[in-house]
Amino acid sequence: MAERMREPLVNAVLVLALLIAPLTAVALDEPFYVGLASRVAILALAGVGLNLALGSGGMVSFGHAAFFGLGGYVAGIAALHAFEGSAFLAWPLEIGGSESMIVVWVVTLAVSAVVALAIGAVSLRTAGVYFIMITLAFAQMIYYFAISLPTYGGEDGLSIYLRSSLPFVDTGDPLSFFLVCYALLLSALFLTHRLVNSRFGAALQCARMNPERLATLGIAPFPVKLTAFTLSAMITGLAGALFAELNGFVSPAMLSWQRSGEIIVFVILGGVGRLFGPVAGAALFILLESFIGGWTDRWQLVLGLVLLSVVLFARGGVIGLLAGRARHD
Amino acid sequence: MLEVAGLETFYGPSQALFGVDLVVGEGQMVALLGRNGMGKTTTIRSICGLTPAKRGSVTFRGREIHRLPAFRVARLGLGLVPEGRRCFPNLTVRENLIATARGEGWDLAAVTALFPRLGERAGQIARTLSGGEQQMLAIGRALMTNPRLLILDEATEGLAPVIRQEIWAAIRDVKGRGQSILLVDKNLKDLLPLAEACVILEKGRSVWHGSAAELAGDAVLQDRFLGV
Repeated sequence: MAERMREPLVNAVLVLALLIAPLTAVALDEPFYVGLASRVAILALAGVGLNLALGSGGMVSFGHAAFFGLGGYVAGIAALHAFEGSAFLAWPLEIGGSESMIVVWVVTLAVSAVVALAIGAVSLRTAGVYFIMITLAFAQMIYYFAISLPTYGGEDGLSIYLRSSLPFVDTGDPLSFFLVCYALLLSALFLTHRLVNSRFGAALQCARMNPERLATLGIAPFPVKLTAFTLSAMITGLAGALFAELNGFVSPAMLSWQRSGEIIVFVILGGVGRLFGPVAGAALFILLESFIGGWTDRWQLVLGLVLLSVVLFARGGVIGLLAGRARHD
Repeated sequence: MLEVAGLETFYGPSQALFGVDLVVGEGQMVALLGRNGMGKTTTIRSICGLTPAKRGSVTFRGREIHRLPAFRVARLGLGLVPEGRRCFPNLTVRENLIATARGEGWDLAAVTALFPRLGERAGQIARTLSGGEQQMLAIGRALMTNPRLLILDEATEGLAPVIRQEIWAAIRDVKGRGQSILLVDKNLKDLLPLAEACVILEKGRSVWHGSAAELAGDAVLQDRFLGV
């Protein structure tokens, strides 16, 4: 019984710690740490997205920064046009900027979905190393496209002067913005939990384990994987929009392959396919980055060693280390 | 219900089947026999669309299926229990059963009534089941797709005698409900009393067709094609 409760306990501690940290920081008047907690929540959200594709579906996407960056650019472009009062599209119908965070989110989800459907439709015809390479190639295409867009800052990126707004919430307040990110993270966790434990989730895991066997039972693996890939991209895209609003800045760096790699690192550090893995992974990553990074610029050496030891000695990641092997019921 | 004619299948440049014919009628159980390496599994893979045949035809309930992808064939009502207890190892028993469930008739309750052990182990991860239990799971999973024709490839191979009898009892039960079955197995003793017709493969060809009773009574025939 105690063994069975370990993973939920670890998850609960993680989620509570992420909530208590910024509240304590506000109480101690240390607003910097509120921003740090928001970063953890947002990057964890990006990881939750990738974990659906990588962990449950076995699709090692090395191009999820494409969706992360697209979300960022949606936020950036909406803010720019709203700020300038100019139009994004003048014809055939006029589309201007927006100051509403809800609009930014909805557009981000739609754009991520459309792009993911296109990328997935092509990429999912391959598997293994080829899938990794082709998703990377698509992300790089979008990266260079962003660089060559002078209207939206090109290589220099785009500043967001005013964070978009939500009804009843002062998004300019760091703690309120954190709570928004936190709520979205929890919703995404709940959604993926329900999804993975549904019939669709079982079929998705079957497609990962053996697509041929799934086909002989009457389910085509391709649409199942494409759906999961698209949902995964939408979640990561949403994280990108929040990330741009948090930093007040979006640049092609959000689309770079290093960013894709980082999102994979969150998932692997935390534990591939474990629901709360990306939360643990992103938290550990940010802690290493800010505390060891404050002490030496070579903090990535430490990250490398941690990653190496996770891959060699703790295959289940941080969650696996704390909560034991994945279990059912 | 299933008619296979002149099936020729290749793995790359090497030909594995040189002309296989077989017919399974509604409610019938047909046994596909032959020594190892004679093309039994290849025949089944070709029927299911996993290794499509280059020549020949596969007609299932009046429809030509040999150019269809595997999942379409399965949806038309072919339920395969592949060789070697192929479960989805990281899913629970219950998830394995419900993930691909389709149609009416066989449901979770019916399958766990057939194999009570699957009910006892519903929450267990398939990888940790015994070999016999995994085989029961593979059969249960195929039944849950409510197939018109159930295909069992070496369903009792490598299992303890007690478990083997349990599985034969289940096959008998399923057949008794009118299920059409195409079966590959080597246990003539268990199989012949149950099957209506037999087809023997040799070197990728179907070389003998006849009733199970004929084969049961012909020791020379058994020895020639099946003896080791």
